[in-house]
Formats: sequence, C-alpha cells, structure tokens
Amino acid sequence: MPAPPCTSCHAARAALRRPRSGQALCGACFCTAFEAEVLHTVLAGRLLPPDAVVAVGASGGKDSTVLAHVLRELAPRLGISLQLVAVDEGIGGYRDAALAAVRRQAARWELPLTVVAYEDLFGGWTMDAVARSTAGSGRSRSCCTFCGVLRRRALEEGARRVGATHIVTGHNADDMAETVLMNFLRGDAGRLARGGGLGGRPAPRCRPLQFASQKEVVLYAHFRRLDYFSEECVYAPEAFRGHARDLLKRLEAARPSAVLTSCTPPSAWRWPVRSGPAPRRLLPLRGSGQPRSLPGLCALDGLNRGRPRLAIGKGRRGLDEQATPGTPGDPDKTPTPKAVPTF
Amino acid sequence: MAAPLSVEVEFGGGAELLFDGIKKHQVTLPGQEEPWDIRNLLVWIKKNLLKERPELFIQGDSVRPGILVLINDADWELLGELDYQLQDQDSVLFISTLHGG
Repeated sequence: MPAPPCTSCHAARAALRRPRSGQALCGACFCTAFEAEVLHTVLAGRLLPPDAVVAVGASGGKDSTVLAHVLRELAPRLGISLQLVAVDEGIGGYRDAALAAVRRQAARWELPLTVVAYEDLFGGWTMDAVARSTAGSGRSRSCCTFCGVLRRRALEEGARRVGATHIVTGHNADDMAETVLMNFLRGDAGRLARGGGLGGRPAPRCRPLQFASQKEVVLYAHFRRLDYFSEECVYAPEAFRGHARDLLKRLEAARPSAVLTSCTPPSAWRWPVRSGPAPRRLLPLRGSGQPRSLPGLCALDGLNRGRPRLAIGKGRRGLDEQATPGTPGDPDKTPTPKAVPTF
Repeated sequence: MAAPLSVEVEFGGGAELLFDGIKKHQVTLPGQEEPWDIRNLLVWIKKNLLKERPELFIQGDSVRPGILVLINDADWELLGELDYQLQDQDSVLFISTLHGG
C-alpha cells in the first residue's frame, strides 16, 4: 500500500502526516512549510529585527541543530547575522562528544563558535561537582535545577562576549508544554502568571521553534540530512522534566492536541495572581573581582556554603539539609543531614 | 501464509543504543503462518535484536510514544501504522525523539 500523494505539490508521494493539521506532505514540501512557519514566527513576533546579532544556543542536539540550520537559511531574508554559543557544563562522558558535534557544525556552516565553560565562569563548579554536592541527601537529585539556572547565565555571558543583541534557543512546542506543566505541578503561580514560564519578561531571548512539534523537528533534521548528537545527558533520568514529559506523551496518545493546546499563550488565561517582573537578587560574581552584578547567582551561593537546596528550595525546605561546605572539585565531601531546630 | 522477507531495520536518534549501537540491520524474516506486518515485526525485534531495556522501545504492542517510524522514508501514519504489511526489500527506520536538543 503506497503512501498517498502530497497534498501540496501533488507530484511526489507524501512522506509524513503533520501532527496539527493532519496534512500529508512530501519531504520537500514539508521542509519548505517548516521553514516558512519559522519565518512567520520570527516576523509576526518581531523576534529578530534587521541587523540583529543573534547568539544561537548550540548544544549539538536535534533542536539547536535544526534551529541553526533554519536561521542560517533565513538570515539573508531577515538581515541578521549568527553566532554559535555552546555551553560546556563539565559533564564527563557526555558534553565532550556533544561539543565535537557543534564544532563539526560550525565548520560545515562556516559560523563562528564561542564555548563558555561553567568551570571558568562559576568559580570551578562543573555539573559533575554540583551533582556530587547535591547527592546523598536521600532526596531525588536536584542538579538539573542548578543546570537550568547556570546555563541561562552562561548563555548570556557567551552572548555578551560576541556582542549579540539577541539570544535564540531551540525549545520546541513539546518543551514549552513541559515547562508549563512543570510550573503548574510546582504551583509556581507567579511564573505562570508572568508568561507560563514561556518568557513573559522582556528579555532578548526567544525561541523561533516554539510552535514546531518535536516530531516535525526530528523529521526536518531527517529530510535535510542534518548531523546531530542524540545521546541523553547522564543526569537526565533524574530530572523533574522527565515526569512532565512522560505525562504529556501519554496524554498525547489519548488526545493528540494536548501538546499544542497546553502552549496556549497564558495571556489568554485568567489568573487571579497579578505579578510584576520576576524579582532578581543581584550578587557580585564570587572571586572574580568584577564589580558587575549578575542575577541567578543565589544558586552558587548555596553551593559554596554547602547548602545547595537553600538556593533552589522554597521556605524552610532548604534549611533542613546541611552539608560540609562544598568545594567544586572535591569528591570526598559527602553532605550529612542534621536536625534543624524549629523556629 | 507469509513468505520469508528480507528487510532493512534501522535505528536512529539514540534508539541504536538499545541495539548494541548498531544502526542498520539487514534481517531475514522467516516464512510463517501470519503475515509480516509492523506489529509482528516489533515482536520479532524484541525477541531477536533488542539487547536491553525493552520498555524504552516498546510499549504494549506498539513503539513507545516518542519513537517515530518511517517505512521506506514515509511516516507510518500514512501507511496504516502497525497494520502495514511488509514487502520484500522494505526499509523500516525507528527514530527516537526522547532526548534533549
């Protein structure tokens, strides 16, 4: 039983059924439609104005590979220039191979690449060191929460170094739906009210693939024969996002529109909580001697004091755990929980 | 009654890690009473090719949600999914989407 003809060109056989519309398209027509939709997302949202210097968060994975490829195709039309920025979190056995993929891409596409390492930026803290510091408390590991905070900061630093005016990341519609669900599951009404965790504040960070479903991102990479790195981060099985992902996948099997409708802009919802911009506590970068204030460093403060959960927990939860003061490269220090007097 | 079939089974997007890291497998499916459709192919793959963690590849009688299936470079949703009847020299590609990007 052959595939039906493409409903766009009527010439070739269809190669996929699009998740949202159910339309059957051949590979070539699908890729053209995909690129047109990304262009529409950028133009309609005024995400990347002409003359923008765009830092592309490049991990070597499927989403950032597709993002960089599509933006490179659209760059002349948009009048933008691209810089690849890769983050080295210091995860042994994983990040080196991923960075090798990014370097191959940078060479193939002839795009400049800047690599920013956690170890250099955050006083010697690699993700492996953070994982050691947050382990052993009996709770599920929270190192991925730290990684999210530190990665954003590292991307901003990389963008600053290359003189970028905007940052783009490859988050797709499935990622956005997971983020909304995670914030909902954490009861983070403030973040949801500010935009559902979808970037409500006016930051120069945007996600041109936010309306593209994950299936289409993967198939675009397949039909365009794009080379990407497809191994899972060694810490990913412990990340909270995995629970949201599993739930969404099961929901999607029952109700295919679940992913796309959960990305409905929260401005379309009614929220009782009125929330202003996210409070940002500014701390000087420890040990750098630089007078600049950098947000998101509460996380480092907790790590350096051996109280990792203080930084990312809420209320008293962080105070229940105490650890020996953490140093980034010290594998022997194991945190031991102690009783905390009530007050 | 199904005749023996020669098909190419390929794994990508990280799924190959469940199959000793080997992406392309040229397989010969033996002649049998029941027809060779994707449903029966999955049973055969689980029994003969899958090296570890079957729950990461198969769920029930289908693939785990998040694994795309392309038959001769076309989305299996266009071809009847599990009910597609395999032909000799067909190529079936399983791409995992379940990792960060």
